[in-house]
Amino acid sequence: MKTRPHFLLVAFATLVFLFLVGPLVIIIGASLSDTSFLTFPPRGITLHWYQNIFEISAFRRTMVTSASLALIGTALSLLVGIPAAYALNRYRIELPPFLSTVFVLPILVPEIVLGFSLMKSITTTMGVPVYTTLIIGHALLVLPYCVRVVSASLSSFDFSIEEAAVSLGCPRWKAFFTIVLPNVKAGVIAAFILALITSINDVSVSLFLTGPGVSTLPIQLLAHMEQFFDPTIAAVSVLLMLVTVGVMAVVELTLGLTFLTK
Amino acid sequence: MRPRLLGWLLALPATLAVAVFLGLPVLSTLSTTVTQSDGVFATYSEFFGSGFRRTVLWRTTEIALITTLISALIGFITAYVVSRTPGRMKSLLIIAAVFPLLTGVVVRSFAWLIILGRNGILNEFLQWTGIITEPLSMLYTEGSVIVAMVYLFVPLMILTCVGVLEGIPEDLLQASSSLGASPFATFWQVIFPLAVPGLIVGAVLVFTGSFTSYATPHLLGGEAQMMMGTFLHQRAMVTFDWIGASTIAAIMTVVTIAIVLVMSKIARRLNPAAV
Repeated sequence: MKTRPHFLLVAFATLVFLFLVGPLVIIIGASLSDTSFLTFPPRGITLHWYQNIFEISAFRRTMVTSASLALIGTALSLLVGIPAAYALNRYRIELPPFLSTVFVLPILVPEIVLGFSLMKSITTTMGVPVYTTLIIGHALLVLPYCVRVVSASLSSFDFSIEEAAVSLGCPRWKAFFTIVLPNVKAGVIAAFILALITSINDVSVSLFLTGPGVSTLPIQLLAHMEQFFDPTIAAVSVLLMLVTVGVMAVVELTLGLTFLTK
Repeated sequence: MRPRLLGWLLALPATLAVAVFLGLPVLSTLSTTVTQSDGVFATYSEFFGSGFRRTVLWRTTEIALITTLISALIGFITAYVVSRTPGRMKSLLIIAAVFPLLTGVVVRSFAWLIILGRNGILNEFLQWTGIITEPLSMLYTEGSVIVAMVYLFVPLMILTCVGVLEGIPEDLLQASSSLGASPFATFWQVIFPLAVPGLIVGAVLVFTGSFTSYATPHLLGGEAQMMMGTFLHQRAMVTFDWIGASTIAAIMTVVTIAIVLVMSKIARRLNPAAV
């Protein structure tokens, strides 16, 4: 039996959760309002603002950019991150401990500093196109998630199973793809999903890496807010929340959401 | 192939990516601030010599500290309640904390724009109740930035602390109360000390996150409440003062890394087993 917290504490926590959920409910309400300005509660229900998202070409374009960026950046990040996570767990004793710190570095450096530095060095000095630099930036941004989440699944994997396969004559690469990878599938999917949402929502890294014709959805959203203050922004926000709902459903199905508190 | 070599080879691509695309660009940004012709630390003496720039740095530190303190207080108490909530309800509460966290910063800051605006919900509500007759200007104040930042970071604090609090065995709490400790004493003398490492990890995340944030101060603070992140962007993209921007970037990086190193050292000393 668990010791129950004092009812005042429970009341306090309830208020905190209302504080957390309230503003999101307000956005949903505001996105449905019949008025041309943002208001809550909505005065008459319309889906016009959702339709409006797809009529504004800047939103359409940046949605495609954000989605492609998230997919390519995450794929690249997993491509280098999974082998790294494997090496860190499999050869823990053989490899120097500082190596695992390397993959924490992208968290240690402020995102906005990373964005600014990439813009200066890669885009301006080396003349790399903005979109390519964006991919590099987003891949780096999500690399710590990829390495850490995959690492977390690998840490409970019994490598002697893989060794058994190898000693029975299975080539190493084949043992990896048929034995190791299927066992950490949930971790890889969770890493993929978390990285995807981090990339889609990113502001600070993308901030400096937008050029003529290239922008991401959150950056476009910020720009739109400065000029217009209509329920379209609320509608885009709700759309992004729906993406979050989808992401949470996948995480719940693969690792369980409690994984996020660890 | 020797296992050690294979390990290195597998870790190499990711290591190279970090070194080439993070290490080199960031180091080059930081190094430009000390390689100026007019003295090694000229850019820094210029930064700290300007009252306006000191104000921005101080405001950023202040807002980040207040955000951290409020988030830690609210987050810890909430996490405690969550960790003691049984089964299904607990999963629901965790979902309610994870959801905002996975929703973008822009969306969550935007919500406060609707709430705190001149014709926003709070003003309309206060006028409707008759508490005020004229709408208040709540946006573009330090308070609005702090409220939105706390909103951003409380879920992070809750989740970090729930993880640690759940690790505290129930037997310990029962032992404490069976030995005659009041619930209050149990909370402060048993639960709190054991949860400090989690609290520190959460606080570091909140402090560095708010110290380096861009979207929230940009939307809710505007020009009036410039913080280091918005200042960096303004220097780089509006005035094209890249050396000035690099100096801001360097200060942000140093503060972030220093806080992480110092706090993780403290956490390790307080509880060598946990971290």
